[in-house]
Amino acid sequence: MIAILDYGSGNLRSAERAFELAADKVIVTSDPRICIEADGLVVPGVGAFAACMEQFLNIGGREIIAARVANSSPIFGICVGMQIFFDSSSEKKMSKGLGILPGDISQIEAAILPHMGWNTVAAPAESKLFSGIADQSFYFVHSFAAKKRVSSAINSTSNYGEDFLAAVEKDFIVATQFHPEKSGAAGAKLISNWVKSL
Amino acid sequence: MTLAKRIIPCLDVAGGRVVKGVNFKDLVDAGDPVELAKRYDIEGADELTFLDISASVEERATTLEIVRRTAEQVFIPLTVGGGIRSAENVNELLRAGADKVSVNTAAIARPDLINEISDRFGNQVLVLSVDARRAATKSGFEVTTHGGRQSSGLDALAWIEVGISRGVGEILLNSMDADGTKSGFDIEMLKAVREISSVPVIASGGAGKISDFALAIAAGADAVLAASVFHFGDFTIADVKKDLAKHGFSIRTLS
Repeated sequence: MIAILDYGSGNLRSAERAFELAADKVIVTSDPRICIEADGLVVPGVGAFAACMEQFLNIGGREIIAARVANSSPIFGICVGMQIFFDSSSEKKMSKGLGILPGDISQIEAAILPHMGWNTVAAPAESKLFSGIADQSFYFVHSFAAKKRVSSAINSTSNYGEDFLAAVEKDFIVATQFHPEKSGAAGAKLISNWVKSL
Repeated sequence: MTLAKRIIPCLDVAGGRVVKGVNFKDLVDAGDPVELAKRYDIEGADELTFLDISASVEERATTLEIVRRTAEQVFIPLTVGGGIRSAENVNELLRAGADKVSVNTAAIARPDLINEISDRFGNQVLVLSVDARRAATKSGFEVTTHGGRQSSGLDALAWIEVGISRGVGEILLNSMDADGTKSGFDIEMLKAVREISSVPVIASGGAGKISDFALAIAAGADAVLAASVFHFGDFTIADVKKDLAKHGFSIRTLS
């Protein structure tokens, strides 16, 4: 069973449908017990970092994540749902993240923002997430990103004005800056790769 | 790694059907929106835009249902415009499965609407749709309302700058002079907007030939939107992408 964390952020319905293509059972919920016990927990996120973080903390998100981390239970963060796992973000004002992945989220150095549309990703051969889709494009929509590689992790990068982290796979945590649920067949394959790994 | 130039088919929706006219007049039926959305997804559309041109509240409820049904079956970004007057309208559309919304007339009447939507959902969710035409304003382009039938009195470039500063994340630039004429995009207007815009610009209005698209992108468009040339099968999205690739522009290819 996959739980999609409902904390009032993100295109939950799209995420639900996209994960249903790969998984037998998908539940959109903020119930801590279901979120902690699910085989995989998806953390979506759309909008500004600080607002997302606040909503996330309000529903007890930190405790849910702490419980899953203690059990090494798989987590999949998407877009701002990726960013909140890092130490902090400088979007609008300096805001603290969960600090589970090291590094800060900062604005991309590019003339035109947001970085909006389909871009390719440089994924290392050992990436399980990108297995069979390493040459495909994924849908991004963001102005901020993590720029430093996470140590002891599989880092996949993309480039728009500068290099940034498009995805990270570290132990039981995976996260993508792009939206796999909006990335057509390539995104569906990526989701399926993750679901099969659970 | 390069960001691909996007091709976006636009579906004008009224009363649950896709319609198409010339200069927003003489509407003819162009099919079922969900079926068309699926077809365009398969053909390689990079996004879809629904423009709700319904007259009544009942028809708008139908549009919400279409958005819901489309988002359940099509896994590419979906923008919905038409009749959005509040952040709550946006919330409904996003919950139904839209990824972005576009505002036009209501933002001209009440520019705070832009801030209200952007503050709550982020600027990446908000497209400013600008129906512009040539006129004797400062930049030579003015904003129209009511599908190009009325002048708003606003200079197009000045309005776009206001929109960006208030928090729109993208500009949909629709040439009312070129719309429905199939005579090509308004390249001069596009260049003028690209010059002042720090957010992505979608060119719209006037697509008639495959070669029109590369010209719009060379003029600075990040994405190109078209309706009737795709609905009525003049050519396909794949034909357009092939031509763009030939001109050296980055496109998304399907595996």
